[in-house]
Amino acid sequence: MKHLTEYRDPEQVDHYVQELHRTVTKPWTVMEVCGGQTHSLVKNGILNLLPDAIRMVHGPGCPVCVTPVHLIDKAVYLAEEKGVMLCSFGDMIRVPGSKKSLLEAKASGADVRILYSPLEAVRLARENPDRDVVFFAVGFETTAPANALSVVHAQQLGLKNYSILASHVLVPPAMEAVMNDPDTNIQGFLAAGHVCTIMGISEYAPLVERYKLPIVVTGFEPVDLLHGILMTVRQLERGEYKLENQYTRVVRPEGNPDAQQVINQVFTVVDREWRGIGNIPQSGWEVRPELADFDANRKFSVQIEKVPECADCIAGLVLKGIKKPFECSQFGTNCNPERPLGAPMVSSEGACAAYYHFAAVDLVHA
Amino acid sequence: MNLTCPMPKLDFDVITLGHGSGGILTNKLLNAGVFDLLKNPFLDTHHDGAILELTGKTAFTTDSYVISPVFFPGGNIGELAVNGTVNDLAMCGAVPKYLSLSFILEEGLTMTEFWDVLVSIKTAADRAGVQIVTGDTKVVERGKGDKIFINTAGVGTVHPKADISVGRIQPGDKLIVSGNIATHGMAIMSVREGLEFETTLQSDTAPLNHTVRALLDEFGPAIHLLRDPTRGGVATVLNEIARDKNSPVRIGINLKQSELPILEEVFGACELLGLDPLYVANEGVFLAIVAADVADRFVGMLQTLDYGESAAIIGEITIEHPGQVVLTSRIGGRRVVSMLVGEQLPRIC
Repeated sequence: MKHLTEYRDPEQVDHYVQELHRTVTKPWTVMEVCGGQTHSLVKNGILNLLPDAIRMVHGPGCPVCVTPVHLIDKAVYLAEEKGVMLCSFGDMIRVPGSKKSLLEAKASGADVRILYSPLEAVRLARENPDRDVVFFAVGFETTAPANALSVVHAQQLGLKNYSILASHVLVPPAMEAVMNDPDTNIQGFLAAGHVCTIMGISEYAPLVERYKLPIVVTGFEPVDLLHGILMTVRQLERGEYKLENQYTRVVRPEGNPDAQQVINQVFTVVDREWRGIGNIPQSGWEVRPELADFDANRKFSVQIEKVPECADCIAGLVLKGIKKPFECSQFGTNCNPERPLGAPMVSSEGACAAYYHFAAVDLVHA
Repeated sequence: MNLTCPMPKLDFDVITLGHGSGGILTNKLLNAGVFDLLKNPFLDTHHDGAILELTGKTAFTTDSYVISPVFFPGGNIGELAVNGTVNDLAMCGAVPKYLSLSFILEEGLTMTEFWDVLVSIKTAADRAGVQIVTGDTKVVERGKGDKIFINTAGVGTVHPKADISVGRIQPGDKLIVSGNIATHGMAIMSVREGLEFETTLQSDTAPLNHTVRALLDEFGPAIHLLRDPTRGGVATVLNEIARDKNSPVRIGINLKQSELPILEEVFGACELLGLDPLYVANEGVFLAIVAADVADRFVGMLQTLDYGESAAIIGEITIEHPGQVVLTSRIGGRRVVSMLVGEQLPRIC
C-alpha cells in the first residue's frame, strides 16, 4: 500500500504539474499506448491538470477492445454449441459479439466462468475431466506469460481437455501501425510499463530511430504518468529523441527472461487482426503448431463469419490517436458502453469508454 | 451477540420438496423450531397473516436476498435479510417495527445450514428490535435455486421529526457517509469461486435504525435525505439522487476522494482486482444529506454512535453541474462519476 500512496501523493503530483508548466513552450501531441494508462489519466483527472499545450491522445493498448468480433463469436459458439466450460477474464465477457456477449450466453445457460488466472482454468480442467475447458487468452505481452504457463501446466499434467483461445497482441507493431498512418500527428510515446516488465525495453530502440521521436517507458500511477509526460516533453522541447525508462522501479532493461522463455515455448508470432484497425503484420501470438492440442482454434475447427465494422464508428481514428472520442458524432448518443458501436467503447480501458465514464465535464464538452 | 440455540432433533437432515408442500413435512419444519425460535404473539396465532396496530405515518418496504455464497465472512443471508429491510425503513426516517419473512429453499439445503440462517435471523431481529410477524416457506427443485432465497418486507412508523425526501435537498447541503465504504462487497468477493483471495475482511452488515433514530431525535428536519448505498455502491446512489426528477432544484454533487473513509485492506483488494470502491456494495453504511449548518455536529454525534465511528463529510450539493456527480481525485483532478453499466467486472490488467 505504501507504493500506492507514494505514487498518488498530491505534493509530488503538484511538483510535476508545475514543472510541466515551466517546461512546455509550444504544443505537443503525446500518445500513451496502454489502456491502463488511459484509464488512470482519465480516472484521476490528470488530463485537466496538464498545460493546454500538451495534447494526450490515447493508443490502441486495450486488449479487450481490439479483440476481433469474430473471436468473441467463436468463444460464444464454443460455450453454447460445443458445451465447453469457457473461462475468461471479467472484462471480456460483456463485450458484444455479432449476436451476443459471453455474459448473455451465460444468462442463456452456457457455462461461462470469470477467472483471475488461467491457472485456475487448468485446475477446473483437472477437476472436470469429462468437460472441455477453454480459456479465452486475451491480452498484450503482460498476460501472455500466465496464459502460456497454463498450457505448460496442462501439458505437464497430461490434460487432454484444456485449451486456450488465444487472441494475443503485441505493442511494438501497433505503435508502428500508428506511426505509419499518414494522418498521424504523434510526436512522442509513453510506452506501456507492464508490457516492458515482461519484454524489456530494447525493442523500442529501433522505433525511436526510425520515427525520430521520444519513447518513455512509463508506469500507471498519477506520479508515474506525469513524470513520464514530463520526460517526453523535456526531450521534445530540446529537440531530442531517446528511449528512456521512467518506470525503473519495475522495468529492467532486459525484461523478465523467464517469462519470455515460457512465452517462446508456447507461442509463435503471427499476423493479427485488430478490431478497429485491421490486419497488422507480425502483431500477435498464436499457440505453436506442435501444441495444437492446447489451441482451441485448431482443436475445435469452426468457421465463424467475419462481420464488418459499423460504418459510423471512427474507432480506427481514435485508436491511432487521430481523433478524440468526443470528436465522433456517435459518441455518447448512438454509442455508449451499453451498446458500443466499436472497439474503444467496449471496455472501460478503451479511450471512448474511459471518456464516457470518467471524463471531466469540461473535457467532454470542450 | 450470537445466540446459542441448539438445533431441535429432527427425523430429516436435508430440505426436500415436501417441506414446501404445506403438508405434514411443512408443519414439522415449522413446528420443530421456526415458530419456537422466532416466537412472538403475532406468530403464535398461526394465522394466515398478522393483524397490526399502527398509528401515524407508516413506512413500508420490501427486498429480496439472493446472495452467493449464502454464508460469507462476517455473516449470512439471514441477518442480511433482516438488516437490509430494517435499514430501508430507517432510510425512510421510520422506526422499524414488523417484518415478514419468506423463504424459497432449494431442495438439498441441509437442516444445519437452514438452522444457522434462522438463528442469525432471530439474532438480527432482536438486535434491531423488530418482530417477524408473518412468513412463508416454499421449496424448489435442486438446481432451480441457489440454496436459499429470502424475501422480507417491513413496516415502521415514521419518526415525528423526520421529513426525508429528495425534494428537500438544497444547494450547499453536506453529504455525509456513516462508515467505511465497500467493505461488504469486497468481503463477499473474497470468497466467490474463482476470485478467492486471502483476507480477514468481514461484511459490515448491521442494523442502522438505532443510530438513525438518535440522529433524527437530535437533528430532525435538518436531515434532508438518507440512503443506504447497497447494490451499485455510493456512486450509483449519488447518481440516482443527482438525476432524480422529483427534486425541484436541479442539483449536482461534488465528491472528495480524499475524504472517503475506506479500510486499507479494502482499498488494496479493490486495486488488485481493478474495481472502483465507489461501485462496490455496502451493508452497514448510510449516506446522509444534511443542512450545512448542522453537518459538523451531525458527524460529531454520528461518530459516537454504533457503526458511525468512521463517519465523514465527503462532499456537498451544488447547482454547478446539475444531474452530475463530480469527483475531485486525491491528486486534485476532477472527473465525472457515472452510472455503472451492468455489474462491475474484474479487469484484465
